[in-house]
Amino acid sequence: MEIKEIIREENKVYSSPVLLDETDMHYCPGCSHGVVHKLVAEVIHEMGLTETTVGVSPVGCAVFAYNYIDVDWVEAAHGRAPAVATGIKRLWPDNTVFTYQGDGDMAAIGTAESIHAANRGENIVMIFINNAIYGMTGGQMAPTTLLGQKTSTTPYGRRVDLNGHPLEITELMKLLDGTCYVTRQAVHTPAAVRKAKAALKKAFQNSLDKKGTSVVEIVSTCNSGWKMTPEQANNWMVDNMFPKYPLGDLKNE
Amino acid sequence: MKEEIIIAGFGGQGVLSMGKILAYSGLMDNKEVTWFPAYGPEQRGGTANVTVILSDEKISSPVLDAYDIVIALNQQSLDKFAPKVKPGGILIYDTNGIHKPPTRTDITIYPIDAISATMEFGNPKAYNMVVMGALIKAMPYELQQEHVELGLAKSLPERYHHMIPMNINAIKKGRSLVNPEN
Amino acid sequence: MKGEVKLMKGNEAVALAAIRYGCDGYFGYPITPQSEVLETLQAEMPWETTGMVVLQAESEVAAINMVYGGAATGKAVMTSSSSPGISLKQEGISYIAAAQLPALILNVMRGGPGLGTIQPSQADYFQATKGGGHGDYHLIVLAPSSVQEMVDFVTLGFDLSFKYLTPTMILADGIVGQMMEKVVLPEQRPRRTDEEVKAQCPWAATGRTGLRKRNVVTSLEMDPARMEVNNHRLQAVYREIEKNEPRWEEKDVDNADYLIVSFGSVARICEKAKEIAEEKGIKVGIFRPITLWPYPIDALEKAAKDKKGVLVVELNAGQMIEDVRLSVHDSLPVKHFGRLGGIIPSPTEIVQALEQKLINPEK
Repeated sequence: MEIKEIIREENKVYSSPVLLDETDMHYCPGCSHGVVHKLVAEVIHEMGLTETTVGVSPVGCAVFAYNYIDVDWVEAAHGRAPAVATGIKRLWPDNTVFTYQGDGDMAAIGTAESIHAANRGENIVMIFINNAIYGMTGGQMAPTTLLGQKTSTTPYGRRVDLNGHPLEITELMKLLDGTCYVTRQAVHTPAAVRKAKAALKKAFQNSLDKKGTSVVEIVSTCNSGWKMTPEQANNWMVDNMFPKYPLGDLKNE
Repeated sequence: MKEEIIIAGFGGQGVLSMGKILAYSGLMDNKEVTWFPAYGPEQRGGTANVTVILSDEKISSPVLDAYDIVIALNQQSLDKFAPKVKPGGILIYDTNGIHKPPTRTDITIYPIDAISATMEFGNPKAYNMVVMGALIKAMPYELQQEHVELGLAKSLPERYHHMIPMNINAIKKGRSLVNPEN
Repeated sequence: MKGEVKLMKGNEAVALAAIRYGCDGYFGYPITPQSEVLETLQAEMPWETTGMVVLQAESEVAAINMVYGGAATGKAVMTSSSSPGISLKQEGISYIAAAQLPALILNVMRGGPGLGTIQPSQADYFQATKGGGHGDYHLIVLAPSSVQEMVDFVTLGFDLSFKYLTPTMILADGIVGQMMEKVVLPEQRPRRTDEEVKAQCPWAATGRTGLRKRNVVTSLEMDPARMEVNNHRLQAVYREIEKNEPRWEEKDVDNADYLIVSFGSVARICEKAKEIAEEKGIKVGIFRPITLWPYPIDALEKAAKDKKGVLVVELNAGQMIEDVRLSVHDSLPVKHFGRLGGIIPSPTEIVQALEQKLINPEK
């Protein structure tokens, strides 16, 4: 059989997402962001929301999400994405608005904005990348950094007496009356990727149905920040992150 | 015509709302008006005062150091503002609780017993309109009664409109407390 | 509705003027002495009439970022606060300026620094006119001296903001915010439809209508060469504003021996001082900058020509006086009179200051 005979539309099993630019990503090999970007791009396209979606990108590694996913974007100050998204969504109630936030954004500097947007039940999707470290600024402690985890600002490991506890912001989000869907996912295996995509789809659908705020946490790796190979990072995440941040739906109304 | 007036007393005596009704009455009379309160915690007790200016011309400063008319409803306000009446101006004060009455001779002074006058209405809220009546009578510029009544209706929220007749009577009563002929 | 005369506080007037302008959204947080703006909007329920959004945010920081989000979509949005709250908003204001977005910000100034006092002040002049937040940017700054100007500057502020795509600040103070005066509200303008917004603001992040090229509203640029180009683009806009938009008001400047320069409500107190001075035979002119940025430099230089001296009166320790000196150079004595911490000077005090500092200065 000639190769030409194989490359045919009916044999196609995969194509790159329409809304994902060909641009080379600046993310480190092994980073979870690329996979999550792909899922977001696919979900928006498949749900037919390209013309009505506005994304709000954070400060952190994903600040450049607007260079990769082909929808309209507003770049927010650190932690302010949920407030920016609130402004957009309130003024364009028929648009689909999502934030893409890291752990610093969601659970440290932007805790107030995140909690209050969710508590108001803004009809937005909040995508929360939890990799337990500050990747972009060079591997400092995040609010979700595990006890004992070494970072550049906890060089001997995070200690409760010095640094307090890892913050389970997603559990807090679950308690708020404004949230309709709070889930924790990962993208380290094909099965996990499929589940994460379904979760994102559900979150965007909730926004269309005006059901309130959906929070999709993706427990992620930062192999550079964690100073590991991608494979080691995946294993470390499974062994250490998942016990503290177990996967699954926390709330589904 | 220009009347520069300050009303000063305790928070809760209706000083700011009296100023507002006065300003609205002036507005109905087609005057330029400015109402400037000493705002803040005063709203919740302590002393309160409001400057009201009525004028034919565009009004410059809302902040004054001398007044055509001072209305003082307690001793502190009397002490503070009696010296600031312009020579030839008018001072109206409520005699209740005053142990140091004013001594100036270059101004016209009207002591009024507004508290006793209020008693007959059985409602302490009538107090500021009794004082308002005294002011209207004492003020050289003649504020039309119909404009005062319009001012009342404009400045009171609708839920208090049933009290307008009482307020009009209180104003009438207040007028009787001042006799410029004497 | 046209020509409707009302009596109201400056803060209330701003709220009603915003509705009448066809403002799309207000986002704020309570702080004395400006809370009546949010209170009035909530009481008016404009979402039932014009469709305007009103939201009490969880903080000033959130409120200005909601404004940033709304402005990024081409909507006419605003916030209001008072000095400590405006400090909190500076981050967002810098982003809005950097992203070249229209927005209206009202500062009803109170005395500082720190928590300070709730009484009137003009101590945020530097903050408002020299940037305020981080980076090389300016706001257009309008200083109202009456309740009517509070109303008029809502329209002017939005119009300038959309014309130059730069945020405008109304720099008011507790006096104009809390004072009630007669005002004429403008006629109700309809809010722009979403289609009109998209047509007027092709840069706005409204979703890729018709699958157009994506719009990204951002102030980030990692390449310093391109960042410098962005900065030059901003500066070019500022030069254009400086050329076209200085506004001021003069009173009896030509025949005066002395010039008082003052802005906002204080300029009104200075008018009274001028009357008192004239009774004493002192000829005083008043120059009131209406735009504090761009500062009316040329007009002031001309107004100060051949005068014996300039007295700058402010509710601060000497801020606008720097711009006055830059305007008149060393051509004549320039003195400052200010009251601090929420104290309002009386007209007589201003006349005394004029006499002591310029007419009969102590040797």
